[in-house]
Amino acid sequence: MTRATLFKQDWTGLLAVVLVAGGVIAILKPAFLSSYNLQILLATVAINAMIAFSQAIIIAIGQMNLSIGAIGGLAAVSFAGAMEVWGLPVPLAILLGLAIGLGAGLANGWLVAVSGISAFIITLASLYVFTGITMGITEAQPFYKIPESVKAFGNATLVGPVPMIAIPTILVIFAMGALLTRMRIGRHILAVGGNAHAAELGGVSVNTAVIWAHAISGVLAAIAGMVIVARLQIGQPTIGSDWLITSFAAPVIGGALLQGGHISVIGTLLGVVIIAIITQALVLFGVDPFAMQIVLGALILAAVAIDRTRSVRAERNRTKIA
Amino acid sequence: MPLDTAVGAPQDQPDLGAPNRSLRRFLLTNEFGLIALIVVFSVIFATLSPAFISRFSLFAMGRTMAVDIVVGFSMMVVIATGGLNLSVGATAVCAVMFGGWLIEGVGLALPVAMLGVLALGAGLGWLNGFAIVKTGIHSFVITLATMSIFFGVMIFLTRAEAFRDLPPAVAAFGKMKIGGYLSPLLIVTVMVALALSYLYRYTGMGRRMLAAGAAPAAAELSGIRVNNTFIACHVLSGVLAAVAGLMLTSRTGAAIPSMAGHLGQDWLLPAFLAPVLGGTLLSGGRVAVAGTFLGGALVTILSSGLLLMQVGEFWVKAVLGLLLLLAVFADKARRVYLAKRKMA
Repeated sequence: MTRATLFKQDWTGLLAVVLVAGGVIAILKPAFLSSYNLQILLATVAINAMIAFSQAIIIAIGQMNLSIGAIGGLAAVSFAGAMEVWGLPVPLAILLGLAIGLGAGLANGWLVAVSGISAFIITLASLYVFTGITMGITEAQPFYKIPESVKAFGNATLVGPVPMIAIPTILVIFAMGALLTRMRIGRHILAVGGNAHAAELGGVSVNTAVIWAHAISGVLAAIAGMVIVARLQIGQPTIGSDWLITSFAAPVIGGALLQGGHISVIGTLLGVVIIAIITQALVLFGVDPFAMQIVLGALILAAVAIDRTRSVRAERNRTKIA
Repeated sequence: MPLDTAVGAPQDQPDLGAPNRSLRRFLLTNEFGLIALIVVFSVIFATLSPAFISRFSLFAMGRTMAVDIVVGFSMMVVIATGGLNLSVGATAVCAVMFGGWLIEGVGLALPVAMLGVLALGAGLGWLNGFAIVKTGIHSFVITLATMSIFFGVMIFLTRAEAFRDLPPAVAAFGKMKIGGYLSPLLIVTVMVALALSYLYRYTGMGRRMLAAGAAPAAAELSGIRVNNTFIACHVLSGVLAAVAGLMLTSRTGAAIPSMAGHLGQDWLLPAFLAPVLGGTLLSGGRVAVAGTFLGGALVTILSSGLLLMQVGEFWVKAVLGLLLLLAVFADKARRVYLAKRKMA
């Protein structure tokens, strides 16, 4: 079996899960397919996909980023605050938010690269620095005065139940696909994640790849934070505080290897869809909202169990080829 | 000599022949650096604000650092395996909420309920350890999942409601002041620290924990049952998390589901700060009990001092994050320096 068909099988399986689960829920609860319900589902998917990609690019390089929620929160309140306090026009405020995400990501990447200390500790520290700044400048109070255009963007639909906020996500999906398959830096990130030493010997600058990966992660987190401002219609300083678990669950369900070197854009997206469908099914079937946390944790365990068997299989394939 | 312990490390043998060299070695340790920082910051804060050394302030700081240090120990014992435990906060909250239910729901006496709390902490730690060694999946992912599951089950069962009618002895212990300023919670912490030092220095179990963490394959070859040892480390982590939970309950006087934040996340920074400042190697195999103690103390002194200086609570968090960064960089620099001296 060639590698290409193996990967294809990876996400065709997920697609089957999505279709079967969706079909079963739709038959049992027709309300699942109502336009209102689909709109909520797609909005959730649009936002969570961005969060998942923000983590996935770091998983690709074999690291983890605990600070994506903190970066998203900082970008979100800066975006909202710049418009409310400084009266900045929307495009400039978006640029500011993106710049903050980029800066925070570059800082993470640079610290990881120059120190050689694990990204876990660096991003744990920066998580508190960024959240501290967010809470410090807002004093834990939300920004309420969001321009009408931003609010409209958060509420409007594009076609049918597809919300307007899906646009940035769709663009990011294509950009991620191009990055990982066609662009040199994307290939370098995967090469470093697969085997940093071999990549270095092959002429890849490991440090540059690490810094790029963190910069991309920061920008994606910032976009997610700003989209949430549009969706919530306020600049909540708590944005990002609950991203951590989803951000790992979706890429892992989608087939990313935690040791790095392989992520799947479509797989990650389907991972997000699966989580969203299950979460919504729990609501539709009246399952206690308190139980949600248990399901999420169990999903991660199920996903890593699959990840485990998959990497064992990949290992076996590799030895077969050799 | 500091109370840190490393398998086969040269500092295990005090260099009696050359007092100058051992003094210089002590000056290079984390422990000395931390003591120096504690003294410097205490003097600065006490000068700027005399309230810093008031009896009440000393009592309050002692109470806070007592809990944070035990939280740090709870992480330290699994860092020794080269892993980590993100679920310390969730474990602690689960354990004390179980205790609250044992007292209010079942009507058990306080000492029995406390044993129940420790037992649940041990049980949850065992679950973590068992899942990690059986699946071979990194402890980060397993404990990320279990932190969500433990917390979720607790919230589901308790309906997020606190147990506030605990026996008055619980809150009284937290409020007790020995000599007007010393919290007995700090004595509990010192006892825990002494017990851990004893474990790592003088018992086979402690030695095996460090050996297995330093080089699992080599330890396995020399007859150590690495998997069982790692599970024991996670059980110990769960028990220590439960102890920290009990101490916090005594401080607040109630078992509250949100006492460690959402999913117990609020404990992560203190849990990592104290051992990392204290010089515990993240790659495993080395713990620093005294260092973790001093690290936790420094964090409390710094945050209490900054709060007293009217620095906003949120900025203090940012400062602590920066402190963690500084600590890992200092650690890196020290190791580079030591490696260079060895080469010379």
